[in-house]
Order: sequence, then C-alpha cells, then structure tokens
Amino acid sequence: MFKIWNTTAYAAVYGPRELHPKFLQNPETGILRCSYNMIAFSGSGERVRPGGNRRSKEISLVTEKALLPVLDLSQYPNAVIDVFIELIETDAGTRCAGICAAALALADAGIPMKDLPAAISVGIIEDQIIVDIDANEDCDIGAVDVPVCVLPRTGEITLLQMDGITTLDLLKKVIDKAIVATKEVNKIQQEALKKRYQA
Amino acid sequence: MGELHIQPKDIVVPGQILATGMDYLPTYDTFRDGDHIIAARVGLVNVDGRLIKLIPLNGRYFPKQGDQVIGRVVDMNFSNWYVDINFANDAVLSSRDTAEFIDRGADLSKIFCHGDYIVAEIAKVTRGTVELNMRGPGFRKLGPGKIIKVNSTKVPRIIGKQGSMITLIKEKTGCKITVGQNGLVWVSGEPAAEIKAIHAINLIEQKAHLEGLTDEVTKFLGAPA
Repeated sequence: MFKIWNTTAYAAVYGPRELHPKFLQNPETGILRCSYNMIAFSGSGERVRPGGNRRSKEISLVTEKALLPVLDLSQYPNAVIDVFIELIETDAGTRCAGICAAALALADAGIPMKDLPAAISVGIIEDQIIVDIDANEDCDIGAVDVPVCVLPRTGEITLLQMDGITTLDLLKKVIDKAIVATKEVNKIQQEALKKRYQA
Repeated sequence: MGELHIQPKDIVVPGQILATGMDYLPTYDTFRDGDHIIAARVGLVNVDGRLIKLIPLNGRYFPKQGDQVIGRVVDMNFSNWYVDINFANDAVLSSRDTAEFIDRGADLSKIFCHGDYIVAEIAKVTRGTVELNMRGPGFRKLGPGKIIKVNSTKVPRIIGKQGSMITLIKEKTGCKITVGQNGLVWVSGEPAAEIKAIHAINLIEQKAHLEGLTDEVTKFLGAPA
C-alpha cells in the first residue's frame, strides 16, 4: 500500500507466469501488463462507475511504460508479469501513487530491477509551483498538472504528462521540483521495504 | 580505491548503491553501472573478498543447472513429459532421460501420469526452456505423502548446513522428507508426524532470517505431540 496525502493505492504483482492467450506471448522477452482501477467509492465526490474506461486504459498504459525501463524481462520469455493497481482513496495524483505502489510490489515480488521508480504530480496554480497537487487545487481554472516518474538514482524520467498550458521556463522548474520530490518519495519507499524484512 | 557503502548482512533494496570503484565485483542480482555496484533485488548483502554477494529474501524460483527439484506432471506427448516446477514455463522431461529404458511407442502415462509428483534434476536451462533429467540416485516418482510449498529463497535454511536441519526433522519425526530447490517439499510418514514436520518446516520458513534457528526447531520438535 502506498499513501500520499489523501490518495491511497494498493498494488499486487503476479508472476512471472505463463501468458495466455498464447498469441500474445513474446519468445524474446517477458512482458509486463498493468491494470489500473479506481474503486467505486474511492472519489471524494461522485461514485466512480466500476469497470474499465478510456481513462483507466490510458493510465494502465503509461504505468506500464513508466515501469518497464527498470525491468529486465529477457530471462522470462513467453511469460507475463501482471501488476494490478487499485485506488481505494483518490485525491488527484493517482497514477503517480499507483506507480510508487507498483514499484514496491515488484521489488517485494523479487523481480530484478535496476532502480526503484518514484513518481509525483507537480502542479502550477497562478504561477506558483505546488508539489503533490490535490483534487481541489487541480480543479482551479488554469491549473496545470504534471505527473512525473523518475528513476531516483540516475534521474531519468520515465513518465511525463501535462494537463493545462504553461511556459517552457515554468515547466522546467516544475520538473526540477519533481526530481527533488521523488528523491524524498524514494527514501520513504526504501525504508518501507527494508522495514518489512527486518526481524 | 574502492569504497563500500554497506555493512555486511545489511538489507538492501533495488537501486541501492552497494560499492563504488573497480575493486569490487558484482555477482548474481547485482550489477555494475559506471563506477557503482547496484542491488537489483531485496536481499542481504555479504562481501566475500572482492565479490559482493546478494542473498535474495523473496521472489520466485529461477531454475539452475544441477538443482534437484520436485515437479508435477501436467502434460505429455509421444516422447516428453511437461512438468510444472514452479517456474513461469513448464520443464520438459524426455523419455530418454528417465532411469529405466522406455521402449519406443510405449504408453508414457503408464510411467508418469498427469498429477504425479516426481523428483528430477535440472539438466539444462536455455532461455526459458528447462530440461529435466532423472538418471541418478534419488530421482523418482513420489509415493503417498504430503506436498507443501515454501518460498524457494528459504530452501537453504530448511536444508541447513550439510543437511543438518532436515536431518534433525527427519530424526525427530521419523518422516521421509525430500526438499526440492524450487520450494516444493514432500513429507511422508505417520499422519501425526507428518503434520508436526510440516509445522516445523513452516516455522523455519517464517524465521529463516533469524539466528539460533536450530535450537528453536529442536525445542519445537522436542515438545510432546
């Protein structure tokens, strides 16, 4: 479980296991499948309609692309690793919380990883940069929301999206802030993982 | 001069820098990136001379040549059995690699049938395809008993140094036990003793990372049933 402010994400990892249907198998490498889901009662306002939608499909895809660079699945040809992310409490920044939770779950499943990805959404409201933007702030007119996933050791960015319009200068500042913030997130992730295995 | 960033027996997580400089060498589950040696899994580190060793604390079984494993026969064709060995892909056991000679065209299901558990050795691992071999002492079809699953990273603890732990359980309970490196354990004996042995193995699995385990298991097994 990963909780950041009012957003809580659960992630579960299954596999590596055989992939069915067989035509999806890749004999060169294993594949990663992510599934992102917001639970019906998770929102602060209206009930979320259960089941997939266009938004969840997009987020599943970007999560997969954000996590894949740290994994080396060539040892597992024809196999799949399934990652299921469930959001039980949402207050913006869900895809970032989902990625953080999934990173921990993958490490806990013993899958070799090059780094522990950490993600955060940084926003801009009236030219002010806000780290870990929440839903209230996100709904402001003219608010900009930039989710970023960083590999903390190397500083590589594996996810970068933007909602809203801003200037290049401000965006650069936002990304710098995100890199600093993800280092903090990474520390918490590392501590949580170590704690789990201490006697 | 190389620099070490960890203490021996530290718990490390993926992406953590273990050492800097060319004086240290990475082994399994660690890798080199530029000047640094980085952990790729959650585990305990040990420094052995120049080598940095990582003992994983979790994860699925990954087959290694020469391992003794327990598997379940899931499928067969004219000349092969397919065996589930707790890995992503099924392992293949060819009819030529069994202990006794099998005539061409013989009915393979008479020898090992679907659902049978067998003890075999991993003969070869080539990128996801695993071949098994049953020639040698101890490789056989398993008789009546109980199969339990443990995490494969805990198997060395269950066996103990030179088999000390498993011998202890065998002696105290009078059960026959076979441990597969893939985390499957076969226990056979009197019903009450079987249950006791299984509890003992589960105890080891839970406390695998702690010291003084042999004493604790002796105490557990010594108590009246």
